[in-house]
Amino acid sequence: MTTRMRSFNEVLLSVENISLSFGGVKALTDISFDIAKGEIRAIIGPNGAGKSSMLNCINGFYHPQQGAITYKGVRRSQMKPHEAAEQGIARTFQNIALFRGMSTLDNIMTGRNLRMKTGLFWQALHIGPAQREEIENRKVVERIIDFLEIQHIRKAPVGQLPYGLQKRVELGRALAAEPELLLLDEPMAGMNIEEKQDMCRFILDVNDEFGTTICLIEHDMGVVMDISDRVVVLDYGRKIGDGVPDEVRSNEAVVAAYLGVSH
Amino acid sequence: MLGPFLETLIGGLLTGVLYSLVALGFVLIFKASGVFNFAQGAMVLFAALTIARLSGEIDGKEVHLANFVVAAAILGVAVAFIGWYAWREYVARGAGPGERRKLQMLAAAGALVGGIAAYSYGKGAWPIWLAIAATAAIMGLLAYAIERLVLRHLVNQEGIILFMATLGIAYFLDGFGQTLWGSDIYKINLGLPKDPLFLFEGVFPGGLLVDPGELVAAAIAAGLVVVLAIFFQKTRVGRALRAVADDHAAAQSVGIPLNTIWLIVWTVSGLVALAAGLIWGAKLGVQFSISLIALKALPVLILGGFTSVPGAIVGGLIIGAGEKLSEVFLAPILVKQFDLAGGGIENWFAYMLALVFLLFRPQGLFGERIIERV
Amino acid sequence: MLYREAGQFKTTYVADQQIFPILQDRLFVLAVIVAAFLAVPMFASPYIYTEILIPFLILSMAAIGLNILVGYCGQVSLGTGGFMAVGAYAAYNLWLRVPELNNLIVVFLFGGVMAAAVGILFGIPSLRIKGFYLAVATLASQFFLDWLFARVKWLTNYTPSGSVAVGKLEVFGWHVDTPADRYLLILGLVVVATLVAKNLVRGHIGRSWMAIRDMDIAAEIIGFRPLRTKLTAFAVSSFFIGVAGAMWAFLRLGAWEPLAFDINRSFQILFMVIIGGLGSLIGSFLGAAFIVLMPILLNQLPGWFGVRMSTALLSHLEFMVFGAMIVFFLIVEPHGLARLWAVAKEKLRLWPFPH
Repeated sequence: MTTRMRSFNEVLLSVENISLSFGGVKALTDISFDIAKGEIRAIIGPNGAGKSSMLNCINGFYHPQQGAITYKGVRRSQMKPHEAAEQGIARTFQNIALFRGMSTLDNIMTGRNLRMKTGLFWQALHIGPAQREEIENRKVVERIIDFLEIQHIRKAPVGQLPYGLQKRVELGRALAAEPELLLLDEPMAGMNIEEKQDMCRFILDVNDEFGTTICLIEHDMGVVMDISDRVVVLDYGRKIGDGVPDEVRSNEAVVAAYLGVSH
Repeated sequence: MLGPFLETLIGGLLTGVLYSLVALGFVLIFKASGVFNFAQGAMVLFAALTIARLSGEIDGKEVHLANFVVAAAILGVAVAFIGWYAWREYVARGAGPGERRKLQMLAAAGALVGGIAAYSYGKGAWPIWLAIAATAAIMGLLAYAIERLVLRHLVNQEGIILFMATLGIAYFLDGFGQTLWGSDIYKINLGLPKDPLFLFEGVFPGGLLVDPGELVAAAIAAGLVVVLAIFFQKTRVGRALRAVADDHAAAQSVGIPLNTIWLIVWTVSGLVALAAGLIWGAKLGVQFSISLIALKALPVLILGGFTSVPGAIVGGLIIGAGEKLSEVFLAPILVKQFDLAGGGIENWFAYMLALVFLLFRPQGLFGERIIERV
Repeated sequence: MLYREAGQFKTTYVADQQIFPILQDRLFVLAVIVAAFLAVPMFASPYIYTEILIPFLILSMAAIGLNILVGYCGQVSLGTGGFMAVGAYAAYNLWLRVPELNNLIVVFLFGGVMAAAVGILFGIPSLRIKGFYLAVATLASQFFLDWLFARVKWLTNYTPSGSVAVGKLEVFGWHVDTPADRYLLILGLVVVATLVAKNLVRGHIGRSWMAIRDMDIAAEIIGFRPLRTKLTAFAVSSFFIGVAGAMWAFLRLGAWEPLAFDINRSFQILFMVIIGGLGSLIGSFLGAAFIVLMPILLNQLPGWFGVRMSTALLSHLEFMVFGAMIVFFLIVEPHGLARLWAVAKEKLRLWPFPH
């Protein structure tokens, strides 16, 4: 097993002392970490550790009661999900959240929504600026379709695609937004080895070719240790480890959490 | 000022109890099957028409023929049904003890219906209790037919498709009821007291004017509401109903028979519709417009929540009172201010009230806050 | 044999994004439109115009409007009748009070714009409430608008009965008098409206509606603004419905009262959308045809068998059969006539060699 050793200087996003609770249930307690520009950052932890809640806080879907998030130098305590999208944060979901009534092409085209601005009038006529805009964005989307090797399902309704392909289409939709920070919630859950290898390759390629910063949640330890630069470990809503894969692997608290040793 | 205000308030609350009753019919079905049942109003009309025509008075004239035809029809259906059921259970498969008990109950029901029919043939107009009992049996049959012919074939369809189907049922029932029973205005005579009652004469000059008929009706409705609430919260069937409401598939996997549960809720909703039709019909006469009281109960639902029994009760009272108060006190001001051609704001005031409320509390009166997940 | 797409390769994105990418479809639709404009006026009688073609076309347009909201954006509305009434009365008041503007196109557009404004207003709750709660909330608009047009005397020009009438209709100097004239005007407007609707649903605005419909949370997270998207759908939908309402009042009824746009109208249009197929424009036409033709058939049926019935009984029976047909239809094909249409096309593609 090789660990990639790269160094990063610029911090893209930092999370400071985030706490989140639903009614009396604490989902996250006093969590701080940062994501450097250009790195692949993983969040791991047992089920119910608060990993998805953490992503939901970062892209503004949940509003933490305490703490703040600094993104690209701007500190904020709250924002709306579409504001996060406008600032270049895109994501995929643990349980696939594609638009089931639409084709693969249309799904990925929705990822371009923030760049499509022609108003009702031109849209109603579908000529001039509206058509030009549609074709320009279509070209970008076709490049993504080529990149993800899903040309053959371009016009198929996504609801009927197999699970692995749906995950790929969802990644395509997130990529279509050309994000600076890409959040992936269990991109490889439920996949077989081959599909996992494909997905790993896509994630690494995205990171290399487009320089996209990636923050991912994953259960498969082998994959996480292979592809990520740094790892945050959560357990019961608290941070119990943070560092490069080798450090985390030898961290006693992490081993205990995963092997179920009593605290 | 306080006297008229209280009178209006009491009148509104008494009407509100009826809204609660109709809303309860909606809630029962929505909770147990996720179906937004638009046919509830048509069921109220159908039940009221049936009672009115079976108990037999149209402007004092007794109607024999219609009773006879219906009695014969019910008898025929019941006998045919029992025959078919017995054939299926005994001849085709052989029967266990539970099925034998079912069969005995069905035979008893058939005998009862037959007895009623025979009685009716001899006597003409039926006493009110008998008409009510027969109508209850008919509502049960109706629930069975709806489950068998409609719902069973639409399992796992989207909510809007089921909603449309109940709209179709509503159209069918409206047409069926009026084809069978005619479309004049009929009376139901419950023998409720008619003379106005004056309460608290010591407190207010002249006392508060209250219609005792309404009081009795409200008491009946309130009693029913309590019984249903207990049924839902405390009994085994009630628990099964709530389980089905939470998750169809999960309920099935622990052995709750979905079809039986649906049959039960639709029957109970039919009985609730019967009660509402009875009270409403006794108060205002039975006519087509009764099917529109379902529309009156809808704001109750958005106020109280589609799945909350206490919500339906409290919501009904609020809507009833708000509606009457607005009509008596707000409408004249509006009419004068804007030169309107009459008031009638009660038709939409309740909706607006519920809507404004909903903007501030989307989960309704008693709903829990929903945590959204992705 | 004739319906084949093999060999029709697309070399540009423009060609790939056409409304009907298959040549045969293009020819078929063109033929239908030409026939509707040229062939129909050669044989249609006034009865066919006023009882079948005109109602069918106008209600198709209303169904397209409602389908945008329910089928494409996923927001169930029971207030269609109310929005049609807004279109009708707004058009009426403009026609009445600004006689210099005696041009039906302008009058209808005004009706549509006013309906869109009211639609936006009543669409605001859709941000907070969803599903059937929203459906019931839209009933509020229906009842409020019913009441408004029945009670506010200015809107009905102080006529004692509350019913209003129009006469002398013109479009750019063309007098629209005969049923044939009306039919041609309506046909022209409906063709344009359908084209506009199709353009909207295949562009980024249509995708935003469908995204909200399919999964509103995900849509918001990838950057769609829920309120703006929903309100656009309410506005566009109400615009179409408002224009349809104005056409219904001016070109179908001529004289009307608020009852013409009551809640039964809302249900009627919703039936068209569901039976035709949610999220399908061709379905809106098929649904409208079904709902317009069925009562006419039911009315004729007893006569064909020589049975005479009282009108009251006939209307009750009609209710029954109509309700039963709806239920039957939903059970047989919950995805609507549009699905049957697609299946038929699929069969045709393989015909005569299905294996």
